[in-house]
Amino acid sequence: MAYALQQLINGVALGMIYGLIAVGYTMVYGIIGMINFAHGDIFMVGAFISLISFVLIAAGGWTAGPGAILLVLLVSMAVTALYGWSVERVAYRPLRGSFRLAPLISAIGMSIVLQNYVQVAQGARVKPIEAIVTGNLELWHGNGFAVSVSSMQALIVVVTLGVLAVFTWLVTRTPLGRAMRACEQDRKMAGLLGIDTDRTISITFVIGAALASVAGTMYLLRYGVIDFYIGFLAGVKAFTAAVLGGIGSLPGAVLGGLLIGLIETFWSAYFSVQYKDVATFAILVITLIFMPTGLLGRAEVEKV
Amino acid sequence: MSGANSSLGVPHEGGVPHNDDGVPDPGELSGIPRSSAPPAPRPPMAHSLRDAGMAALVALGLFVPLVGLRTDVGPGGGGLIIRTRWADVAILVGLVFAGRLLLNLWTTFRPAPKPRTAQRSAMIARVGTWVAPVLLAYAVLLPMLPGTTRYGLDLGILVLTYVMLGWGLNIVVGLAGLLDLGYVAFYAVGAYSYALLSTTFGLSFWVCLPLAGLLAAFWGVLLGFPVLRLRGDYLAIVTLAFGEIIRVVLLNWVSLTGGPNGISGIPRPSFFGLSFSAGGGPGSFSDFFGLEPSPTHRVVFLYYVILALALLTNWVTIRLRRQPLGRAWEALREDEIACRALGINVTNTKLTAFAIGAMFGGFAGAFFATRQAFISPESFTFIESAIILAIVVLGGLGSQLGVAIAALVMIGGFEAFRDLEEWRMLVFGGAMVVIMVWRPRGLVSSRTPSVSLGKRRAIAAELVGQGR
Amino acid sequence: MSAPVLQVRELVMRFGGLTAVNQVSFNARAGDITAVIGPNGAGKTTVFNLITGFYRPSAGEILLHGRSGERALHRTPGHRIAQEGVARTFQNIRLFPGMTVLENLLVAQHNRLQASTFFGIGAALGLGRYRAAERAAVDLAKHWLEATRLLDRADDAAGSLPYGAQRRLEIARAMCTEPVLLCLDEPAAGLNPRESEELSELIRLIRASGCSILLIEHDMGVVMKISDRVVVLDHGKKIADGTPAEVRADETVIAAYLGEGDEDDTPAVPLEGAA
Repeated sequence: MAYALQQLINGVALGMIYGLIAVGYTMVYGIIGMINFAHGDIFMVGAFISLISFVLIAAGGWTAGPGAILLVLLVSMAVTALYGWSVERVAYRPLRGSFRLAPLISAIGMSIVLQNYVQVAQGARVKPIEAIVTGNLELWHGNGFAVSVSSMQALIVVVTLGVLAVFTWLVTRTPLGRAMRACEQDRKMAGLLGIDTDRTISITFVIGAALASVAGTMYLLRYGVIDFYIGFLAGVKAFTAAVLGGIGSLPGAVLGGLLIGLIETFWSAYFSVQYKDVATFAILVITLIFMPTGLLGRAEVEKV
Repeated sequence: MSGANSSLGVPHEGGVPHNDDGVPDPGELSGIPRSSAPPAPRPPMAHSLRDAGMAALVALGLFVPLVGLRTDVGPGGGGLIIRTRWADVAILVGLVFAGRLLLNLWTTFRPAPKPRTAQRSAMIARVGTWVAPVLLAYAVLLPMLPGTTRYGLDLGILVLTYVMLGWGLNIVVGLAGLLDLGYVAFYAVGAYSYALLSTTFGLSFWVCLPLAGLLAAFWGVLLGFPVLRLRGDYLAIVTLAFGEIIRVVLLNWVSLTGGPNGISGIPRPSFFGLSFSAGGGPGSFSDFFGLEPSPTHRVVFLYYVILALALLTNWVTIRLRRQPLGRAWEALREDEIACRALGINVTNTKLTAFAIGAMFGGFAGAFFATRQAFISPESFTFIESAIILAIVVLGGLGSQLGVAIAALVMIGGFEAFRDLEEWRMLVFGGAMVVIMVWRPRGLVSSRTPSVSLGKRRAIAAELVGQGR
Repeated sequence: MSAPVLQVRELVMRFGGLTAVNQVSFNARAGDITAVIGPNGAGKTTVFNLITGFYRPSAGEILLHGRSGERALHRTPGHRIAQEGVARTFQNIRLFPGMTVLENLLVAQHNRLQASTFFGIGAALGLGRYRAAERAAVDLAKHWLEATRLLDRADDAAGSLPYGAQRRLEIARAMCTEPVLLCLDEPAAGLNPRESEELSELIRLIRASGCSILLIEHDMGVVMKISDRVVVLDHGKKIADGTPAEVRADETVIAAYLGEGDEDDTPAVPLEGAA
């Protein structure tokens, strides 16, 4: 029981990270109907920017506290957002309204570019970082097994919820959000009504990248090591989360992320660590076969 | 309901050109973002400079942290230290500035793009009719040409393997319009089938080859059946997941597959029972034909085996395209609902495409195993699927010649930049982006009708669907 | 009175809480042109989709008296329905735009051709039997191309044809399946008066070839001129059924269309683009 509770906490913390990445997938899919294959790598870039910022701060002799983490988050969000913007500008915008597979191939190409660019620029070796957030909060002690929330996990949950709150406000309460939702419904019509669709799509990528960079920072703090390849698997899992939650649905993406995090954690804890990725992919396949619209997705009625 | 209609009710949403801003042909964009394409007023020099300056500023923001600040593990093995590389950043930013400026000037001063005339497409068609025979003749004669090195042959084998994989996937993606991102799974099934059958039961390559193809086709049907009613991107992501599942299983089922260590000592193929042993000896190829024993014999033999397999794939595809089944595949790509209304069994038709495509993937996999004599899950990662799909899309969906050229350019080019080491994958990815932006429909984009009353006329790419 | 080719009995279709088709029954007699009319949202296209197997009815029966005797279409899988002899066209044209006109018509004969090839094996080897079958298929295609005046466009991409020609091609393609019942979903939509006139001729020609026709149409000129029988739907229910003259005089029909009595044949409300 205590063990399961502990797994629940671990799973939620992991799921929050997936959820943050999944939001980027679902937003882009909603607005331009493409799988942004490079999004996982944007997350990886975000993790690297945070790593570099932390090292810089440490080199500057500033002790790592909440202020430092906030600063790193902001720097990472800004630079990663710039990457997201550039990727859209270079690889996707020229293909807008083009044939369906062209942006997909372009996105795969961009994913390869980002991975190898980071490998060339920062080296192929894994980058370790000293634990910055330490400490444990023991919740409950029973039967010789302690259930605890590490400060790190608490931080992940708090930061994620905070970021998501701001983001939800942005999408539901601001003119920008209205423009985004309008583009999602009917891009051509939104354009006719005077919405700058190119700008709206750019902003979608910027926001998605910023959220992914938060996920990257959290990943770095949580696991302490990153390399240029972490984006692929995290990306596929986050996409699974987006599909599970119902692609196009923002709360669905977070819900899907949580579920994937929980499933993966429990699977690893009770069955087998080696096959945890198989569990995730199997869930993706099963969801798509039996519930193609996901948990919170809109039903797609095929008109004849 | 009406909300969903806009994206679902219209067939070929991706297939017809979207004239939303009056630019008629996406094929002519040649890398310029739409907003600055003609008929927009051409920017003067000052504007170009300012735009290039902005690009340089963005580049500065991009490159300062990741290129300018290199992190390395410190001398004591402890924390990371930072090494600054401002010169590199300056060079990169300068390159972006210059590149953007040149691009701007090119769009400003280049001659107005000529509309694609019938004459020009006729010219392309004529060129196409002799390019294919020339390429084929070159491929057949390559081992006999003077100056062909062992390395050249190895490269030829590699390119032909990808040509074959491209042609196999072309059946699924190019003809039937089913987006498959897990094609490497069938390649892996073929390779492991041959490796296991030959090392466990001692079966020969020629017995295992059809078995590997059949097993791959069987897996194609098995995986295809539950997911084929999914459309477009969903199918893509499920096939990707299947590909990864198969790889993870290969990696972890150590007792059968050897896990990450793979399977080694896979037997080489024989020439009608004659082996290619390096030492010659009785029963070997060199002994039978009275030749000096040479390792080149085997390479030449392998080269012709993969050439024959690739040509088989091509022949079957070309034949099938002119048959009811091939036509049904293409019709499916164009409009699935109309197919159903005409009494075509959509599921079966899709499954045959999936199975036949998988079968050729399995053949290629068996060949890969016998050529390498060693296989491990590392050879069957997602990136392989992505490369094969890229070859198909870059070559032009459904075009046999385009796929062959794309495989030659991408794989040959990739090998040509061997010395660049870790840079070449960067260049490879960049090339994918650039080619897509330059020619979204691929190198050879028009479609040749499968039957005609009069003279066959190519169909413009804009009309041809890409499946959903 | 000739035998019915299609019997629809107490057909019900619910989408969630919405009953799109409610207890609709009617017959289409062999050799007749039966029109289904009604205001927007009356459930006409839903009835079509039920008959042609794109939806499964919530209740009720659809019986076809076709090639193999009586067939319960509501239990037949979608692609089998066409094989039983029901062909259809679509409200928004669904051609294979990247294939030529001729290819479109050959795809329509897929099942027959496929059977003659031993399911592909014979065809791959180029056996004579397949060649003969393909020649016959091309001849049938030519016949319908002539009837729809598209013969000179046979080698053009279907997507490059003008709108009116695409409409005709869709009908020709449906006829290449050699149906006993042809379902036309608003074939005159978007046609100019001359083209509608030609369409009426074509439909009569098809009937003369022995094929019964079920027709959804908003162009009352076409409906009244060519139909033998008219079924009127409103809000998912059948409100009238009879000859054009009977339906035209029916009070409920007039009320349904106009809200009040009016002698005009063509409804005053625009009826384009019913969903």
